[in-house]
Amino acid sequence: MIVQPVLVVAAALFSLGIYGILVRRNAVMVLLSIELILNSVNINFIMFDTMLADSLMQGQIFTIFIITIAAAEVGIGLAIVLMLFRNRQTANINEFDLMKW
Amino acid sequence: MVKTNINLFAEGEVVYTDGGALAEFAWLLVVLPFIAALVITFVGKNLPLKGAEIALGTIGIIFSYSLALMYLHITKGVANEFFINVGSIGQFDIEFGWVVDGLSIMMYFVVGLVALLVFIYATNYMEGEIRYTFFFTSLTLFAGSMLVLVSSPTLIQILIGWELVGVCSYLLIGHYWEVKDNSSAAMKAFITNKIADVGLMIGIIILALNTGTLRISEVLYQATHDYPAIKNIAFAAGVLLFIGAMGKSAQFPLHVWLPDAMAGPTPVSALMHAATMVTAGVYLLARMFPFYQGIANDALDIVMLFGVITLLTAGLIAIVQDDLKKVLAYSTVSQLGYMVAAIGSGAYTAALFHLWTHAFFKALLFLGAGSVIHAVHSNSMLEMGGLRKVMPKTFSTFIIGTIALAGLPPFAGFFSKDEILASFNHEGETTFFYIAVLGAFITAFYMTRAVCLTFLGEYRGHGHPHESDSMMTTPLVVLAVFAAASGWVNIPGVYTGFTKWVTTRKTPIIEYHPESFDLFALGLGLTAGLLGISLGYYLYQLQGSAETGDDKIKIEPIWKVLENKYYIDDFYFKFIIDPIKINIAKAVDAFNTNVIDRFVNGFGQLASFMGAVVYNSIDQNGIDKVLNMSSSGTDSFGGKVKLLQTGRTQQYLMLFLGGVVTISLLILFII
Repeated sequence: MIVQPVLVVAAALFSLGIYGILVRRNAVMVLLSIELILNSVNINFIMFDTMLADSLMQGQIFTIFIITIAAAEVGIGLAIVLMLFRNRQTANINEFDLMKW
Repeated sequence: MVKTNINLFAEGEVVYTDGGALAEFAWLLVVLPFIAALVITFVGKNLPLKGAEIALGTIGIIFSYSLALMYLHITKGVANEFFINVGSIGQFDIEFGWVVDGLSIMMYFVVGLVALLVFIYATNYMEGEIRYTFFFTSLTLFAGSMLVLVSSPTLIQILIGWELVGVCSYLLIGHYWEVKDNSSAAMKAFITNKIADVGLMIGIIILALNTGTLRISEVLYQATHDYPAIKNIAFAAGVLLFIGAMGKSAQFPLHVWLPDAMAGPTPVSALMHAATMVTAGVYLLARMFPFYQGIANDALDIVMLFGVITLLTAGLIAIVQDDLKKVLAYSTVSQLGYMVAAIGSGAYTAALFHLWTHAFFKALLFLGAGSVIHAVHSNSMLEMGGLRKVMPKTFSTFIIGTIALAGLPPFAGFFSKDEILASFNHEGETTFFYIAVLGAFITAFYMTRAVCLTFLGEYRGHGHPHESDSMMTTPLVVLAVFAAASGWVNIPGVYTGFTKWVTTRKTPIIEYHPESFDLFALGLGLTAGLLGISLGYYLYQLQGSAETGDDKIKIEPIWKVLENKYYIDDFYFKFIIDPIKINIAKAVDAFNTNVIDRFVNGFGQLASFMGAVVYNSIDQNGIDKVLNMSSSGTDSFGGKVKLLQTGRTQQYLMLFLGGVVTISLLILFII
């Protein structure tokens, strides 16, 4: 079992995701970046599950949970973005500062 | 003066019971009127009869209760007293309570009956008058105060009842206070009484200090058993108590308030003159009678002297009065003189007997006068006359009252006045006896004059008088029955129940009581009464005064003195009131403005200055500054910190990430 390359791929995906969240101006792209982070976590789970040969396969079950939650999260997130876009005619995340003091 | 007393009821021979439950609950008599007054005050105005029904109901209960007590007393004899301790001042226990004995029961009955009839009468008489509900509140309180007084087993409760009666009379005399004269009359009554009250108060204090008790029965016990401490002050205490009685019972020279008290509505006059106020003084003297007779005999001489002076002087003034109510008022003063003089001569029963009969016929006369005044809308007899035809009921009852007052048999006044005369004769007070006979003559004369001017002859007023409502004439009829028959309870030699009633007390009464009629006194008294009536009838009816309303027998200088009431009022004004007003009041006023006010103002200014200092230095510069600084500090800090709250999600995340990285590094390298 080759561990290191897989961890590197996961870490790269995670970093890409963080970068995307912090840098992208488009809200849809931010949501996409969140997906990247979640998937990097999924890869880690699968990898350690295989490596440790867990008889209960907890890593794989967790992965399925995360995919489900991610789907729900994207649904809500896109709905929010859609409503914001309708109201403001923009998807620029910097203009969504309603929670400002 | 040597008293020759026949000891009828030697100590231990008085037969009485404790009265049982009926006596135990006699406190209801005292408490009910006060509760009723409260209720009338709060809900009276909203009731269909505007509160009169509560007053009537209460007084009805009181009368029924007194009737039951009277029955019990006549059949069995009751003498008992109850005490409630409410605390103590120094060595003195302050106790309230109620007495149920012959004297008190007689007073309960008189107050209950007269008050009930007056209340019934007043519901009609006062109809539509201003402050109707308040009038009934005060009237109920008035009756209640008198019950406090006559039920009192302690000196302190007597004083309280005494003052309550004074206050209520003030309220009622000044019922129409919008007119200055009426409020002045109320004030005159109050102040005159107050002056006398000082005497009573000092008398009570002296008695209490020298006997160590406030219970009347114990004071009387000490007085009748020759305790040295009370013996020394007996004369002073006796005179001081009498000064108190002089005020309430309107004895010369403190009688000036009573005629002026006619300013009140007529039912008030009737109640006041018959039952609830002027009898208080006589009651006090009667209650303290064993004390007077035992050790304060010298004070009794003074009592008698003033009584006789009063009965003569007041009777003479009554002759010249044109105001019907004032004639009756001076008549009351004169009759009170009889009672007080009787007490002074040692005739306890005679005095109370006259109080008893007088209550009924004087209430009758006042209510009759009220009925007349109601019809002709004037107090002056010059505007009356000829009312016999239009007011037959009022006329016939008034005649009964007049005859009873003039003292013709078989009406009530005859028996009581005769007993007083007989007692004077028995005591050998020849001068006073003849003055009292003269008083009887004068009484008959002025009452005949009043009847002639009011009811006989031709009508001289304006408008069309008519007979009063049955609500007003029914009490008249009831009272007329009593005026006629109330004397039959004490006929010497025939039936002397009244004597037994009023002498059944815890402290036995030792007094002379005639076994049969004193024919000399009876003959003279009767002759005097008949002469007075004849002369009055001759001068005012046959000579035609009743037609025109003027006096035929004016003897200028004497009439002038009488019309000015012996200048007593002027004397008071000139030598007492005005000096006080001009000198003392002014001096006090000056003292007040220059010393007391300045002192008070100085304090005020000082306090204000100190307040300003405290405000400026401590409050403004100290406390407020600290508070302001803390709040402004919070404000400015918040103003700076809030800038972090940009609303930009990515910025937050950046900070969050920075935090995570920092903490991770810390964990990695430090721990």
